[in-house]
Amino acid sequence: MTGLEDLYKEVILDHYRSPRNKGELPTPPAIMEEGFNPLCGDDVKVYVLLEGKVIKEIRIGGQGCSISQASASMMTESVIGKTLDEAKGVFERFKEMMSIHENDLNSEENSSDGAPSSLGDLEALKGVVKYPVRIKCATLGWNTFDQILSSVEN
Amino acid sequence: MSKSNFDSKVIKKGFPLLERSVNGSPIVYLDSAATSQKPIEVIERMNDYYKEINANVHRGAYHIAELATAEVEETRQKLHRFINSSSTKEIIFTKNATEAINLVAYSWGRSELNEGDVILLSSLEHHSNIVPWQQLSSERNIEIRWIPITHDGRLDLENIDELLKGVKLLCVTSVSNALGTINPVKELIEAAHKVGALCLVDACQSAPHFETDVTDLDADFIAFSGHKMCGPTGIGVLWGRLEILENMPPFLGGGEMILNVTSDGFTPNELPWKFEAGTPPIAEIIGLGVAISYLEKIGMGAIREHEQKLTSYALQMLNDRFGNDLVIHGPESSLERSGVLSLSYRDVHPHDLSQVLDQHGVCVRAGHHCCKPLMKLMGLPATARASLYIYNDESDIDVLADAINEAGKIFA
Repeated sequence: MTGLEDLYKEVILDHYRSPRNKGELPTPPAIMEEGFNPLCGDDVKVYVLLEGKVIKEIRIGGQGCSISQASASMMTESVIGKTLDEAKGVFERFKEMMSIHENDLNSEENSSDGAPSSLGDLEALKGVVKYPVRIKCATLGWNTFDQILSSVEN
Repeated sequence: MSKSNFDSKVIKKGFPLLERSVNGSPIVYLDSAATSQKPIEVIERMNDYYKEINANVHRGAYHIAELATAEVEETRQKLHRFINSSSTKEIIFTKNATEAINLVAYSWGRSELNEGDVILLSSLEHHSNIVPWQQLSSERNIEIRWIPITHDGRLDLENIDELLKGVKLLCVTSVSNALGTINPVKELIEAAHKVGALCLVDACQSAPHFETDVTDLDADFIAFSGHKMCGPTGIGVLWGRLEILENMPPFLGGGEMILNVTSDGFTPNELPWKFEAGTPPIAEIIGLGVAISYLEKIGMGAIREHEQKLTSYALQMLNDRFGNDLVIHGPESSLERSGVLSLSYRDVHPHDLSQVLDQHGVCVRAGHHCCKPLMKLMGLPATARASLYIYNDESDIDVLADAINEAGKIFA
C-alpha cells in the first residue's frame, strides 16, 4: 500500500470527487471572501447567504488540491442551517483538532479522548496533521469562512 | 573528467544526501531547480573554514585573516573566469540572486529611471525579477511592459521591435524555472542595445547547467545564486559591466563599502566592495568557490549534454507511458529546454501528485513556482515540477513514472 491511507481516506476522496455546495452565490445578498495559499497557489472563494443569524446557503468556488477542496466541501455540510454562533463553534473545534494533533502526534494512537468530539465526517481530516504542509490546505476554506463570520460580527 | 566519461552514477556517489532514503525508499531528488544538492567537497571545505581559518576578511593583518581573505578573493577570481567577465571588479557577492536584482533596481534603477520610462519584462520571469521592478514602478510611475508567450511557453518575439520602443531596461531569464524554456538571450540583448536599453539576465537556471559567457552575450547585468549550482545557500552573484557599476551609487551602507567615513559623510569603496556592505558570508563564498571548481572539472558542456539526453529520454518515455494523461508543459524539443519538466497528470492536483511521489521517495516541487503571471497566461493554477541535474539518471525518471502511476490509482 502507499502509506497515505491516513491522508487520503475514502470520505475525503469522495468529497474531492463530488464536492458539495460547489459554485457561487450572487453578492449581495450573499457575502463572499477569498482566501489564498501562497505556498501552492490554491485559492478558495466562500459565499454565505444569511437569513437572520442562520446560514441559509453556502457555496465554495476557486480551485485547489484534494485536501483543500474536500475540507471546504465537508465544512459546507457541517455549517449549513446553523446559526453564526454554532458555526463559530464548529470552526473552533475543527481548528482545535488540527492543532491538538500537531502537538500530540506521537501519542495519537491512544489519545482519542483528547480529540474534540462531534465533528462527524470531519474527523477524517485528522490524518492531515501528520503532513504539516497540508494543514494549510485543510484550513484554507475554514479560515476564509471565519473571515465572513468575523465581518458579520462587526 | 571529460565529457566522454561523464557518469552520473559516479557523480551521485559524491553527494552524501543522495545516499539517504525517504519514507522507506531511496531518495530520488528531482528538485534541483529549487536548490541543488551539495557535493562532499563543498560541505567539507566549509567545515574546514570554521575549524581552521575562521576570521573576518579584509580587516585583520594576521595570518588566518589573510588566509580567509585570500580564499574569498579566490572565489571571485574563479567566478570571473567561470562567466568570462572582463574584471574581478565586476563580480559582486550578494546573499542570493534576488538581492542581486534588488541591488540593480535600487542603485541603478533609482538613479537612472524616472516617470514615463519603460521596463520590458518577459512573461517567463520569476517573481524575483518582477516584484523589484513593480516596486520601482509604483514609486516612480514607470511603465512595465511584457513580452508575451506562445502556447508552448516560448517567448513570442514577433513584435519585439515594437515592444522595445522607449525601453530603458529589459529583464529576461535565461531559462524559465517553471517550464524549462531556454530563451534566446543573446538576440534579445542585441535588440535591447539597438534601442539604447540595458539588459539584466536572471541566470539562476542556466549558470548551473550550461556555459555562461557574459562577454559573448554582451550583457549588462547577470544575477545568479550559488545554491542551485552545488554551492551553499546564502550566497549569490551579481555581475555588471564595469562602466555601469562604476557610475552606480552604493546600495546598502555600512562597513566594507567605504573608503572613508567622517562625521560629515562617507567616500564609497572601490568596486566590487562598494556593493558589499558588512561582513560577507565567508564560508558560503568559499563553498561556492569549491562548487565552481567542481562544475568546471566535470565541464559545463558535458553537463548540458547529459541533461539534454536525460530530458529527451524523459519526454519520450513519459509520453510513451502516459500519452495524453500526462501533459509536459513548455517547448516540445529538448534542444529548446533545460532539464525542467513541468507536469499536469490527468486531474490530479499537483499538490496531491507530489504528496504521493514523496511517499515513494521522489522529491518534486508542486505549485506556481513563483511565476504567478506566467501560470495565469498558461491557464495553470499549479504544476508538479521535476527538475534534473548532474546526479540524476534514467532510473530516476523510471521511479518518477512508477510513482505517477501510483497516484493515478489513488485518484482513479
